[in-house]
Order: sequence, then structure tokens, then C-alpha cells
Amino acid sequence: MDGIQCQSCAKPATIHLTEIEPDGTRKEIHLCQACAEDRHLVSKQELHLPAIVHALLGAHVGRAAEELARLRCPACGIKFMEFRTAGRLGCPLDYDLFRQGLLPLLDKLHRHVAHRGKRPHKRHSLQWQREVLELRTQLRRAVEQEDYERAARLRDQLRAREKHP
Amino acid sequence: MNLDSLVHSTGEWLKGAGPDADVVVSSRIRLARNLAGFPFTSRASPAQKAEVESILRDTVGRLRDSAGLQYIAVHALEPLDCQFLVERQLISREHAQGRGPRGVAIDADERQSLMINEEDHLRLQILRSGLCLEEAWNDADHLDDLVEQHVTYAFSEEFGYLTACPTNVGTGLRASVMMHLPGLVMVGQIDKVFRALQKLNLTVRGLYGEGTRASGDFYQISNQVTLGKSEDDILRELRAVIPEIVQYERSARTAILEQKRDHLHDRIARAVGTLRSARMMTSEETIEYLSAVRLGVCLGLVEGLTIQTVNQLFLTVQPAHLQKIHGRALDGDDRNIVRANYLRARLSEISNN
Repeated sequence: MDGIQCQSCAKPATIHLTEIEPDGTRKEIHLCQACAEDRHLVSKQELHLPAIVHALLGAHVGRAAEELARLRCPACGIKFMEFRTAGRLGCPLDYDLFRQGLLPLLDKLHRHVAHRGKRPHKRHSLQWQREVLELRTQLRRAVEQEDYERAARLRDQLRAREKHP
Repeated sequence: MNLDSLVHSTGEWLKGAGPDADVVVSSRIRLARNLAGFPFTSRASPAQKAEVESILRDTVGRLRDSAGLQYIAVHALEPLDCQFLVERQLISREHAQGRGPRGVAIDADERQSLMINEEDHLRLQILRSGLCLEEAWNDADHLDDLVEQHVTYAFSEEFGYLTACPTNVGTGLRASVMMHLPGLVMVGQIDKVFRALQKLNLTVRGLYGEGTRASGDFYQISNQVTLGKSEDDILRELRAVIPEIVQYERSARTAILEQKRDHLHDRIARAVGTLRSARMMTSEETIEYLSAVRLGVCLGLVEGLTIQTVNQLFLTVQPAHLQKIHGRALDGDDRNIVRANYLRARLSEISNN
């Protein structure tokens, strides 16, 4: 096949198809990857993950959509709708908060919904992770509002909570 | 670390050594990790990003003795230096283009790289030459354990390691091999291989070139699923498939050699000739010719060149490397002239030795 050119643009052809007409005659088609994609003969090889996440979410959110759409994470501030658009979650707690919306997506992406494999040596409760993240968010707000007294108090609380999981 | 000192060296992963190096250029393991109690990078305030960077930079500092890592503050780099690290596969394109406090720690062999404040707080990467996924995984697993002694990862019993994008959640593991498949392209079988891989939930993407076009016939094959399969399962699945593709590629090369030897030899000799004598070379052209030369070296049709030298040329003809070697910014025709000069000089230097 070496040296065959794409019928459409003369670049080296990498896709070779044989079409069999209804009367039984064979028709050879030689195309480069780009031209074959233009004609939808092959799927694009590159995976555009945010687009896939977006499309899958659109298809699977369904009836719980309204309820989910209203959800906003108290710790990182992301709304489920924003995740749908960007394909990226805002903080580790979102996995719990958006669980109902994520399960069908995870199933579609991975064909599994539960972890198997390595676990870290240090594992802390969801409750602890939530408290630390919420304290950190409050601290961020206090600093933004220039309420430094409150910020100092929150910083101490945060440090204490981080030390004692 | 002085990046200029890297210009004339090659990372371990380009050594052209390791198992099946005629077909498999390199193996890569990447682990995505986040710190518990922080928002993911994209939702973090500048102060929170600075805190994450500081925690992980300190952690890397403490590992330094055992892992030999050097820290580079990526946010302080010139765009050319960022591009240079991207070309060496030490940071991702996204990391180069990111915002706010971020960095990367790399070791002298350029085998390990730890990106801080990429899409996830930590992206740990191990690169190895040839087909070496097991060894790369063992290194990554060990480094991950070392880091974890100093930090607490965001982890859930249900979903595993929690990541900014649900496509990485669970193990956070992306295992990939970069393959050179000119034989399968020439015999028109490459698309069949892709379809088979897609059925197995493996992802294929071209290495060089715009969009989906894989110039130079380099393809990166990696696992798509990260949740619900253990690291061993993921590696086992790749281990079952990659050697088959290696064999398939070798048979294609042998078949071409038997049936169209003169044709193939001519094509490779012309590639060598062009690289040795052209006065202006675009990046894409160079990659196409180097791909033919690499095949020629593997088949014993090119004298005096090694896989390592060809691998190194693939790296150094890229824009940021070329500009750093030349010592100033170049564009358009200038870059193509300098690239051709560089290739002529390197190739005549090699043939004189």
C-alpha cells in the first residue's frame, strides 16, 4: 500500500476501504486520516474529555436534573450546572454532594462505579474532610472581607482541626 | 536548576534502550492526586494555590535525598522555557499555560516529574525507555508512598483518589506507551489496530502534528478506565495487548522488506539524503523523514546511526529546543533554515566519528 495518495488531498493515504456496489463491483477508496474524518468514515482518535463528559451528562441527568441543577457546593461554591459545562469538579466533596448526578456518568465512563486498587495509608472521614474544607472557605471569605480578627480565629481553628483528624 | 544545561542532553526515556525499543519508544505512568481539605486547582483562590504549592514544594524538598529531585517554579519561567519542558514531556501543555503558583520537580535523569497545581494538585509521572510499564509503575507507587508520608490525599472509600475530572477518579492512573508504527501505517493496517484497541477501552492518540494527524507514525496508547479496576488489572490489560501490536508491527516491517525492499530502501535513503543536505526544513517534514530513518536504523538499512541518536534528533528539532540551541528567538523561515543547518551539522558530525 506504500505510496498510495489520498484521493481527496494527495497526502499519503492511511485509510483504505473497499466498497462493494449492489451489482457486485468493487470500488477502492484511499484517504488520509483527515479526509476520512471529514467524511465521517472513521471516528476522531483524539479524545476530547470535557466534551465527552458534557455529552454524557446531558444524556444521563434526566429527571433529577432540576434538583441537581439547583445544588451548589457550600465548600467550593461550584454548581452542578457549572460542572456540566466545564467537565471539572470544584473540590473533593463534590463527589458526595453530586453523587446522584455522577453515578450514571461514572458508569458510562468507566463501566464501574466503585474503586478497587491502591488505598492511601492515611484515610480520614468524610466529615473531617468537609469540616476542614468549610473552615478553609470561611477563612478565605473573612480575608476577602478584610475581617482579620475573624480570619485569625478561623486560621487557629483550621490548624487545630487539621492536626486532629 | 539551569534549564540550559539540559539542552544537549537527553532524558533517560529517549535512550532507545529497554525492551522492544525498535517499536516502543517509551512507557509512562501518571498518577493524579489531590490534597484533602483544599478545593481543586481550578476553584482555588491565589492564596490557596500558593498554600498547596508551598506544602507540596516542601514535601518534594524533604524527598530530595531519596529521590534526587530539583524544583522549578513554572509560573516564573519564560514562555520559551515552558515550551522547552513541554517538548521534553516533563510538563503538560496545560501546565505550561496555567495560571498562578505552580511548579514541577524533576530528577537528573528526567525519569520522574511531579507537577504541582496542574489540573490536580499533584501529577506524578514516571517515564522509562522501551516497554517498561511494570518498572515504571513500581517507581510511581514508591514515590507516591513517599509523598503520602507528608500529606493527606483526598480519598473516598467509594470512589478512590478524588480528582478534578471524573475521567481520572479511582486509581488516578494513566499508563501509556509511545509506539512507532510506520510498518502498520504502510501496509494499511493501522486503522484496524485502532478499532481493536477502542473495543478494549484503550485510547490512541498521535504524538506529533496538529489535531488527530499523527505525523511521524508515533502513537500513544493508554488506558481509559481508572475506576473499578486495580492498578494491576490496568497494567495487565496493557501488557496483554502491547506485545501483540509490537509483533504485528514487526511482521508488517518484515513483509515490506520481503516484498518491496528496493522501494522501502529508496524511501529511507532519500530521507537520509534530504536530512543531510536540505537548506530549509519544516518541523513536520523533519519528523516524517526522521520517522523513515528510525525505521531504517531498526531494519539495518541505515549505517552509522543509532535509535538513540534519532530519538534525540526528534527532540532537538522541535521549536523551543532549536531556539535554545541557537541562543535566540526564531520564527518562520529563520527557524526552518536553522533546523536544516542543525540537522546537516549533527549528521555530518556523526558520520565523521
